[in-house]
Amino acid sequence: MSSTLIEPKPGASNGATPAKREITTKPRFSDKVFRGVVTGGGLSSLVILGLILGFLLFEGYATLKSQGIHFLTGSNWQAVQNDAGTIDLKASHFGIAAMLVGTLVVATIAIVVGVPLSVGAAIYLTFYAPNFLKKLMVTMIDLMAAFPSILFGLWGFFILEGSAEYWAKILHKYLGFIPIFKMEVPYFSRSPFIAGLVLAIMIIPIVTSISREIFSQTPLDRIQAAYALGATRWAMIRAVAFPYARSGIVGGAMLGLGRAMGETVAVYTVLNIVYKVNFHVLISAGGNVASMILAKFGEASPAEVKALMAAGLVLFIVTLIVNSLATVIVSRSKAGR
Amino acid sequence: MANDVIVSTNSTPKPRQPWAASPKDRVETALLFVGAAIASFILVAITPLKGKLAYVAVFFIAFIAIDFAFNYIKRGNAAAKDSIFRGFVTAAIVIAVMPIISILATVWIRGHKGLHWTLFTTDMHSATYTDPVSHGGLLHAMLGTALLVIFAIVLSVPIGILTAIYLTEINGRFARPIRFLVQAMSGVPSIVAGLFILAAIVYPMTKQYNGVEGSLALAILMIPTVARASEEVLLLIPGDLREAGVALGGTQWRTVAMVVVPAARSGLITAMILGVARIAGETAPLVLLTGGGDTKNANMFHGPMGSLPYYIWKGFTQGTPESVTRAWAGILVLLVLVLVLFGLARYLGNRKVGK
Repeated sequence: MSSTLIEPKPGASNGATPAKREITTKPRFSDKVFRGVVTGGGLSSLVILGLILGFLLFEGYATLKSQGIHFLTGSNWQAVQNDAGTIDLKASHFGIAAMLVGTLVVATIAIVVGVPLSVGAAIYLTFYAPNFLKKLMVTMIDLMAAFPSILFGLWGFFILEGSAEYWAKILHKYLGFIPIFKMEVPYFSRSPFIAGLVLAIMIIPIVTSISREIFSQTPLDRIQAAYALGATRWAMIRAVAFPYARSGIVGGAMLGLGRAMGETVAVYTVLNIVYKVNFHVLISAGGNVASMILAKFGEASPAEVKALMAAGLVLFIVTLIVNSLATVIVSRSKAGR
Repeated sequence: MANDVIVSTNSTPKPRQPWAASPKDRVETALLFVGAAIASFILVAITPLKGKLAYVAVFFIAFIAIDFAFNYIKRGNAAAKDSIFRGFVTAAIVIAVMPIISILATVWIRGHKGLHWTLFTTDMHSATYTDPVSHGGLLHAMLGTALLVIFAIVLSVPIGILTAIYLTEINGRFARPIRFLVQAMSGVPSIVAGLFILAAIVYPMTKQYNGVEGSLALAILMIPTVARASEEVLLLIPGDLREAGVALGGTQWRTVAMVVVPAARSGLITAMILGVARIAGETAPLVLLTGGGDTKNANMFHGPMGSLPYYIWKGFTQGTPESVTRAWAGILVLLVLVLVLFGLARYLGNRKVGK
């Protein structure tokens, strides 16, 4: 630089001119604190999930150790007391196979019934519905997501039960040759079938909203290209929208599966919880892990509560895996194209 | 020339919609409906089928069949397939919406019988659930739910919003894993949250049931909802605002605290309300943790705490007609609360961000 530029010398500033501000990319102290606090808050979800895993493992460890693999494969839940009046872990049987099977059965029914309905509803809302109807129905379905689960439970118990029993009888009468619809005793109420229907209704909002979001992202140029080639709406949906949304729908269905597997109160209210492995969905006996925990908790002794903690741990891990897979699939199908 | 211009502006052609249904089309659709209805009546009358379900099912099948035949004859194979598909998705949305209407109607029909004014002014200390409905009330439950929710807000909203700020403002190297974990956390079953508090706090430390434990469990369930909704709102704040804040010499902390968060205020409140709507009716952890008192208890740290979900739960499990009526009245109150919260969130969420 030439000397024509009048530049105050670094040390020469007096009171009249303020000190030159240091220009730097280094964050200030306040920003360091800010970043630290925010990062800490952001990591809280990791901490909480870790704590849940740690504490449930800590409490359930004794049961898991004494029962071994039998905890997952056995279907016997018997707390045997020894002479001192405490629970004898060696003689007791804690196995959750019956409830794991029950969880799977009920959640599968929910998916089989709920997902086609939700996807159909999402297609109607995205491609068919007139505008005013669309707004109204989207609001209603979003509202349904905010209904408390005990409300679904009571509604299922008092209202759906009657109709669902009748449908179960029809299923049994006409499709009774299929093994899962067989029954030895004609007692239809409070069956896994009805619980599955309630769960199907409960997962409709989440699956619908995810499918709708993904359908609405279908590229407009491809839709218009399909119409320009003379496609009907159905042909366009089959050729353009479905391939585009397929993986997203799978992810949404899995999120619904996660919800259905972890549901407690609604299943407890509707289902007759019986501790045995039961694949016959129309018979009045079933259960799932979550509702079993709730049912046993009331009269459980401390050692039995530890066994329930172990069951909770299994439930936590299973739902975490299902949800994580679902999240990965959904985010890939949203960002992938 | 001038005349021409006036004429052409006066007679702006209405946009034509050649795809819109003509009166003839509408008549045809109506005839299809009537035909299907008649067919379903005849079929139900002459076959052993009976009941409401039979009418609906036969009507649906008859409508699809007639619609298919009509379109096949008039427009050909492709249009006929299209009409079948339209029939199915319409049926899907009707079936999906029906439970909502049924639930709302049921709650009103069964719940309003249990409503009376003393419900909101008395608690259950001098009444049991099996007493006639006019005895006792759910004041304690409403107080309990309010306290539980407020504590859960205090615990979860700061964490949720900090998480969202991390994801949008700092967007550091943990952003992807945190986003993933928040999603995964939103799927934690409510009973597991209850068991966790039981294992982490009740057994090793307090050894008694009280309100705070319930609030902690609710907070775990609320954090993911708040974090995700807040993140969406913060993403909507234009980057210009942040750049303007930094250009004025603000540090990142001052930019976020004085520009970004105030601009997103109403959205963040919406996120909070959505979180509250998510947990207000949560039952399982409260059954495990709060002890479910029957009298007013304003002390969160001591003694059993009543709540609306627990009141409903107890009313249902006691199983007598009176207690079940109580449960429905409780559900009506809870549902009104949820509806108000939902409406509020909608109203605030629909306003423009930044106002």
